[in-house]
Amino acid sequence: MHFRHILSALARHRIAVCLLVLEIAFSCAVVCNALFLIGARLERMHRPSGADESHIVQVHVRSVAATSPEATMAQTRTDLAALRAIPDVANVSVVNQTLFGGSFNGSGVSLSDAPKAPSVTVTQYFGNQQLADTMGLKLAEGRWFNPDEFVSDEQLEGEGATVPVIISRALAQHFFPGQSAVGKVIYAFGTNRVVGVVDTLVQPRDYGAAEFYEYAMLFPVNLSYAEGTYLLRVRDASQRDAVIRDAIHALKTDGPLRLLSPKDATTLEAAREKYYRNDRAMAWLLVGVCLLLLVVTAVGIVGLTSFWVAQRRRQIGIRRAIGATRGDILRYFQTENFLIATFGIVLGMMLAYGLNLLLMLHYELGRLPGWYFPVGAVILWIIGQLAVFGPALRASNVPPVVATRA
Amino acid sequence: MVRDTPARGGNQLAYYVLLALRSFRRNRMLTALMVLTIALGIGTSMTTLTVMHVLSGNPIPQKSAQLFRVRMNVFPDHHFHASDDTPDNFTRRDVETLLHDARADRQAAMSAGSLVVISAQGDPLNLEARYTGADFFPMFDVPMRYGHAWSRDDDASRARVAVISSELNEQLFGGKDSVGQTLQVGNQSLRVVGVLGDWDMNPRFYDLSNNQFGDSEQVFMPLSTEMDMKLSTSGNTNCWDNTSNMQAADAPCLWLQYWVELDSAAKVSAYRQYLGNYIALQQHAGRFSHPGEIELQDVMQWLDFKGVVPSDVRLQMWLALGFLGICLLNTVGLLLAKFLRRSSELGVRRALGASRRAIFMQCLVEAGVVGLAGGVFGLALAGIGIVLVRHQPTNYSAYIHMDLRMLLATFALALASSLLAGLLPAWRAMNVAPAVAIKSN
Repeated sequence: MHFRHILSALARHRIAVCLLVLEIAFSCAVVCNALFLIGARLERMHRPSGADESHIVQVHVRSVAATSPEATMAQTRTDLAALRAIPDVANVSVVNQTLFGGSFNGSGVSLSDAPKAPSVTVTQYFGNQQLADTMGLKLAEGRWFNPDEFVSDEQLEGEGATVPVIISRALAQHFFPGQSAVGKVIYAFGTNRVVGVVDTLVQPRDYGAAEFYEYAMLFPVNLSYAEGTYLLRVRDASQRDAVIRDAIHALKTDGPLRLLSPKDATTLEAAREKYYRNDRAMAWLLVGVCLLLLVVTAVGIVGLTSFWVAQRRRQIGIRRAIGATRGDILRYFQTENFLIATFGIVLGMMLAYGLNLLLMLHYELGRLPGWYFPVGAVILWIIGQLAVFGPALRASNVPPVVATRA
Repeated sequence: MVRDTPARGGNQLAYYVLLALRSFRRNRMLTALMVLTIALGIGTSMTTLTVMHVLSGNPIPQKSAQLFRVRMNVFPDHHFHASDDTPDNFTRRDVETLLHDARADRQAAMSAGSLVVISAQGDPLNLEARYTGADFFPMFDVPMRYGHAWSRDDDASRARVAVISSELNEQLFGGKDSVGQTLQVGNQSLRVVGVLGDWDMNPRFYDLSNNQFGDSEQVFMPLSTEMDMKLSTSGNTNCWDNTSNMQAADAPCLWLQYWVELDSAAKVSAYRQYLGNYIALQQHAGRFSHPGEIELQDVMQWLDFKGVVPSDVRLQMWLALGFLGICLLNTVGLLLAKFLRRSSELGVRRALGASRRAIFMQCLVEAGVVGLAGGVFGLALAGIGIVLVRHQPTNYSAYIHMDLRMLLATFALALASSLLAGLLPAWRAMNVAPAVAIKSN
């Protein structure tokens, strides 16, 4: 190809070429980083929770008039039996905090009982013996709790308690890297021996640094409904709405007057949807900005190339008259655009890298992975070629006779 | 034929605008593309700037410099980490001492919570509540529709009284003057002494720990009464030792927010001095030995400290401004193409005696007209953008609206950016050599 001719022609339009190169470069930098941000959001939104989310519904009930702890506990047992009797319900439990819910329950946990020992805030799930199965947790190591290990909230927090604990794999690796956590001791509520490790269990909502998200503990605690939320695992995911309806009905008929608002009864999937709605909105916004940017860049290319074509009508006519085919003219403008886009992309890569450094400084964001660069480059090459096609086609249609008109 | 000197000197601008409009007609496509790019840039920028403008607004401009959030670090030594921020909240013990001393013009301790109230029809309702003191209402300029706030005596005597929001008054009592009515809370009851007027504090600076944006609480009642009735609180609670009752008088828990009103700089420094003395006394009594940091922040400092503007919104704003920059770069290119395409016409004007300055002005006016047209369409796009933002499920979306200032800012931004974009092309156009331009045609 005649790169040299194209370059010398471009040198006559230095300002316009610089503008196009800059525009493509900035677009490239923003698009690369926006795609990266979208990717980071999607990754965040798809973090697994460890629970069998598509089969879980939750119902939160509040008492209206205070009753004795014994009466509340007795009512809880009645409720659990009634909920379990609903068709399609596989298991039922009470949990102190729900995934993607509004609260975060945690304790400082350390590997020593010295008062100044370094500690990490770890979230804690309390629940009865059905909890692990209701949530669909997977045991990676060790065992589940034995029936005689379940205690009350007061017993767990009492002086000198020695309640066993099950922890998430991420927490196990944090505290005991390279070894099995089963049988080891951590200090959360008194002395807690680790009896099991679950594959994945996460914070109910993000708290602290991103790597803490998968740190979680499970304690064998029998809770009353007043201290937690009913979790129900459904056999058939399509029956979730029916189960919620039946559960509300059962709870309304079998106890004293209680507060049971429909918005406190949801599927876990709906709770996840709501928890990540800001991330989803942001991802769509970024997609919109990318598209607009590419449109604007294409508009700039169309405008300036049209101008060049109009300016060079006579030269094009002369080239046609001395034997250039229409294909030659078309390819000339396509090559020209490819060159300009390439300059823009090279500069854009550097800007993208700089922009990423700037973003890392102000936001919790990782380094832009290398493969975003070729993706950005290909997108801008394609946009350039699409945008230049119309004006280039018009140029190729300039008849040779133009050369004879002065 | 274009006559070069305008009829009267004073109409020069009008003449240039006329020339600009004529040039647009000749080059409809290019003009439309320019207006479109500017409109897109302005539309997105103004949408995000409006969100920023609303979110970083002052919720209580008349008093924001006199209201202070008080924080201090009273952790026992074995829970003190020098690198941690001073905690937001207070223990009950510290709050009660500070309230008792009452060294500020006004002071209020508070916590959020929720109540279950039984309506006249027997249905239980879950209500958002604020537990605070009598000073809360005058401190935060809370308007009353009916009745009045409770008194300091009510605080001291743990009176079973409540002030309710006008929405709740509508819901429970049909909007009538409900002073003297009762709210059934469990087995106990509260007497309504006041109904709020319209009180819309967004961001809800007085308590940013639950919802930063949203309606005010439905029920307000004395904190002392709440502690007596043992109701439930919500918000951040931080206990350094296990305790069965975090609301107990000596509980090792931080859960109460504390605000003071101080209406002069002298009072602020006197209050700082007082807090310093309080800390010194605690150290002397052996409660802790670390410095016991004190923070006194006014409303705007507090909002800034708590990062009320979400980082996503900041990112969106920078993204939109970057987009505007790229749109401007695009406009520069298109204007350049447009002006240089008319080299011969400009050459004729120069040959007929128009000065370079005149050509420059003519080109800038043309750029400005494009900018204003872009501003009009950009405003329409910003309108659509704001509707989209309002439909997003964020907690602040309902409060986003465009005010007159942002409306004017839209046109100012559109005009300024198009003039900026016009500078280089206009400069190039004015340097067109008349002879060459005419000959080349």
